[in-house]
Parts: sequence; C-alpha cells; structure tokens
Amino acid sequence: MAIAEDIRIKPSSETLLRPDRPKPPRNYAQFIRWALLFLGGVLMVMPLVYMISTSLKYSFEVYNLNLIPEEPTLENYTYVLEDGRFYTWFLNSLIIATLTTISTLIFDSLVGYVLCKFKFRGRYLIFIAILSTLMIPTEMLVIPWYLMSQQLGWLDTYWGIMFPGLMTAFGVFLMKQFFETVPDDFLEAARIDGLNELQIWWSVAMPLVKPALAALAIFVFLGNWTAFIWPLIATTDTALYTLPVGLSSFGDEADVAWELIMTGAAISTLPTLVVFLIFQRFIIRGVVMAGLKG
Amino acid sequence: MADTSQSDDMSPGARSGLSARWHRLSIRQKQVVWAWAFLAVPIVFYVVVRFYPTGNAFVLSFQEWNLLGSREWVGFENYVDLWNDPVFWIVFVNTFEYLIIGTPISLVISFFVAYHLDKVRFMHGTIRALYFLPFMTSAVAMAWVWRWFYQPVPIGVFNNFLAQFGIPQIEFLQSTSIALPAVLAPAVWAGLGFQVIIFMAGLRAIPPTYYEAARVDGVSNWTMLWEITLPLLKPTIVFLVVFSSIGFLRIFDHVFNMTTNNPGGPLNSTKPLVLMIYETAFGGRSQMGAAAAQTVVLFVILLIVSLVQLRILRDR
Repeated sequence: MAIAEDIRIKPSSETLLRPDRPKPPRNYAQFIRWALLFLGGVLMVMPLVYMISTSLKYSFEVYNLNLIPEEPTLENYTYVLEDGRFYTWFLNSLIIATLTTISTLIFDSLVGYVLCKFKFRGRYLIFIAILSTLMIPTEMLVIPWYLMSQQLGWLDTYWGIMFPGLMTAFGVFLMKQFFETVPDDFLEAARIDGLNELQIWWSVAMPLVKPALAALAIFVFLGNWTAFIWPLIATTDTALYTLPVGLSSFGDEADVAWELIMTGAAISTLPTLVVFLIFQRFIIRGVVMAGLKG
Repeated sequence: MADTSQSDDMSPGARSGLSARWHRLSIRQKQVVWAWAFLAVPIVFYVVVRFYPTGNAFVLSFQEWNLLGSREWVGFENYVDLWNDPVFWIVFVNTFEYLIIGTPISLVISFFVAYHLDKVRFMHGTIRALYFLPFMTSAVAMAWVWRWFYQPVPIGVFNNFLAQFGIPQIEFLQSTSIALPAVLAPAVWAGLGFQVIIFMAGLRAIPPTYYEAARVDGVSNWTMLWEITLPLLKPTIVFLVVFSSIGFLRIFDHVFNMTTNNPGGPLNSTKPLVLMIYETAFGGRSQMGAAAAQTVVLFVILLIVSLVQLRILRDR
C-alpha cells in the first residue's frame, strides 16, 4: 500500500515511471492489439454474415464465396413463409418461450422471496432440495418426462413442451440472492400500511429487483427459444414443432437447397440477434450478473 | 401447517370459521401460513417434475421395458450390457474428447480475447458485441450453417476457400479423425462470447492498485499476468471451467444436426453419450431401461468431473 501512495506523489504518467519504454512503439503495439481483436471479432460473426447473405441469394449464386449477393432477393423468405411451416414454428416458439419465461419469472422470484424474507421451519431444507435439482442433467429427466407425458396425453401439446421449464432452480437461487438487497424495513413499513403479503411481494419487493428479473428473463427466454432435445422428444406432429425442431427436420428433408436451410436458420436466429443489438449494454450486464451470482 | 392447528386448540369457544381463525393468528403465525401458501405450487412442481422423474430414472435403469409390455426387473443387467457394449466405450471416449479438447481451447481463447479487449478503449463495445453475438444464436441453426461450411466442393465454404489456393479437400464430417473436432468447433465458437464477458467482469474486479504497485517495482507484463491476474481470477476460472465442462459433456444439438444422415458420424466417431441415450430411448427400439441406465452413467460422470475439478482448482 505504501508503494501505491508513492505513485500519487509522482506524476502519474507511465512514461515517467518507465523511461525504458518510449511512447510511439507502445501506441504501435496498442494498434496491433486493436486490429487483431477487431479481425477476430469479424471472423466471429462471419458464419452469421454468410448465413444471412446466402439467404438473400438466388440458387445459382449460392456457391460463390462473395459476401454481398450480386442480385439480392427475398425470394427464399417468401418461399419459406408461403410454405407456412416456418410461420407456425416461429409462432410456436414465440408462444412457448414467452409463457415459460413469464411462469419462471413469477415462480422463481416468489420462491426466492419466500426463502429469503420469511422465517419458518423447513425453509433451509426446501432451499437445499431445490438447489440439489441443479445437479440433475435434463437428459436424465427426459425419459421419465416422456413416459409421464405419454400417460397423461401431454405429447404433442404446448403444455407438454412447456411443463418441464415452468420453474428453474437457478432462477430461485438468483432471485434469493437479489432479495437479500431489499431492506426488511421496506417490507415492514408496507405491512404496517396494511398490505397483505402477496401485495408486499408484488408491489414493494418485485420493483426493487427489476434488473435481476430482466437478467433472468433473458436467460430463460433464450434457453427456451433455442431448446432442442425435449421439444424434439415431446412432439411428433409438425404443427407443434418449435423452430429448432422444425429447422432440424426441414434441413433433413431430401433435396432441400442450402439457401433455404440458411433462410430457416436466419429466421430462427435473427430475432434474438436483433434483440441483442438493441439492448446490448443491458443484456451484457444481465449476463454478467446472472453468471457471477449464479 | 402445524402452527395453525395449534393456535386453534389454544383458544376454544371463540368465533368459528376460517376468517375468525385467521384473525386469531399472531403476525408470525400468519407469515408461516403465507410462506407455505406461496410455496404450495412450486413444491408440487419440484416433486412431480424434478424429484419423482429423478427417482424414476434410477428405478427404470434396473428394469427392462420397451413401452409396450410390462416393466421387468433385471437387476444390474442394463449396466452390465452397457459395460460390454463396444459402442459405449467409443461413445465414452468421444464424450471426454469433447471435454478435453473443448474446455481448454475455449478458455484459453476467451481469456486471451478478454485480457486484450480489457486494455482497448476504441470501439470497445462494438468489438465486444462481435464476440458475443454467436452466443445469442440457436445451436440447431448454427449446426446447419457450419454443416454447410463443411460440405465438399463446390458446396462448402471452407473447401471452396481451400480449393482457391490449390489445397486438397478436407472431408470434415466424413473423416473419422476430423469429424469430432469439426462438430465441436461451432460449440466452442458459440460459447466464446459468454466466457469473454465473464472473464472481463473478473478482470475488472481486480483492484488497479495491484498493477500500479507492480509497475513501480518494474515487474514485466508477463509476470503481472502470472503473479497477479491469474491468481486473482481463480474464482472466475473455476466457474468457467466447471460450467463449460458440463456443457461439453452434454453436447447433443450440434452432433445431432450435423450428422442427421449418419447419426454419430462415421463409425460412431462423433457420437457423444447424450446422442446414444436419445437413440436407445427414441431411436425406434424404445429400450427405456437401457437408456435410463445410460442417463445414470451420464449423471455420475457429470458429478465426478465437477467434483474433481472443484477439488483440484480450489487447492491450487
């Protein structure tokens, strides 16, 4: 610490402290660093760029490596949408991901809130029990879920696709962490004002953890939008496929042109990419929050 | 629950009815009732959708069942059969290959990017977004994009590119040696952005005074990296190692979609355990008991790998 104070006494310019390293080469190195990072970043998005550019090409142009189509066309999109299946799958995915996200936000925050703010016998046990389910991989549960769905007639229904994801242990843990930051005095004051516990949770505590709710919402929505193995098992009726399952079966059909597969891939990817580009800062903060607390 | 009935007994002769009972409760007792009321639906959910199926998977792994007849107890037969199945051992090795190649490569690259991006201000947000974008995609869609890249001339981008320089074609998905890394590549690619973001958050959390002090002492950047940055980043590294290892051990979407014409690649060379589970249970023969045994094996692998990693990394 004494050394750190020394720095403040001296002028804080690094060149003064380290005369052996003149300034221009440092800038040069810094430029190389920037250029390589930028190049790497461009390489990272190249697959996405190729996907989009190919979806805008006529089939005669597909095997050209040029990024910008010579004759851009939306023909692939009209073809795929007129076919109707992608439209259905898109709607299925949207409905399922939205409903699951809403359910997860409500229940995870409710359970997290109760486990954080209520004192009662058995609460530690319940917390541990819920957390323990994080160790169980989804793949272990799909067979029992399938058997259950088959018996109860849930296969090929929205409910059948959604029910395993209605709550998440990760969300309970995340929300419990965040409710710790809500002062008990706030809740006590609301109690004195005559609000019941449901009202206190919904209108006092929930608004205070909005950032955490948003972070959880991003993860849960993305997770359900891209979920594959369970929707694949739970549906055989093409009318109930989600986008990933639909795209998988579409790509597997005989003689499907690559530009149409790229169009399907673009349809299932663009919505989340656009959402990310709009809420970039916010989403990255959410990812860090969920990643580090979780 | 017990608390409410107790308070009932304590004051007999008072007003009857639910609302009267409710008003007789103390604030603390009311809180307990509220708590259990809030937890009622979630408890049912966790019992029915998490705990019961978990138990069911274990039970099923000791039974034989093809969905049609009745369940028959067969003891450890499913596990013994799996042990004697040569395909299982190929799959077992593949699953660990995904982990052993995927985790170090993705962590080294993402740390390298994060370390340098942390020192860059110009267009910082844009570059970060470029690295993060693939994380926002669906694995299925990207598997198909990469599958197209890997096609032979004149279809695939990679081979077209190589052909321009007169380099002979690579049969990415058809070769027994290259198919597995080829399938793994998009999984590594899609996960990089997340790891970069987490690493950068970890780097930000290191107090700058440490670096200032080291700089005064004339310590080289390399030494600072090894003596300050990496040791202080240990919690982040542990989290990412465990998190990404679990992801690679459970790889499925990419493999399934890149090899639909030949599931698991040539001679099963890309088949991971989850694909084997899927095929055993849903691939036509409906061997539910055998598949359940495989899921138990997956569970044990995940558990052991996580525990070993935590033990090793925490001690260092």
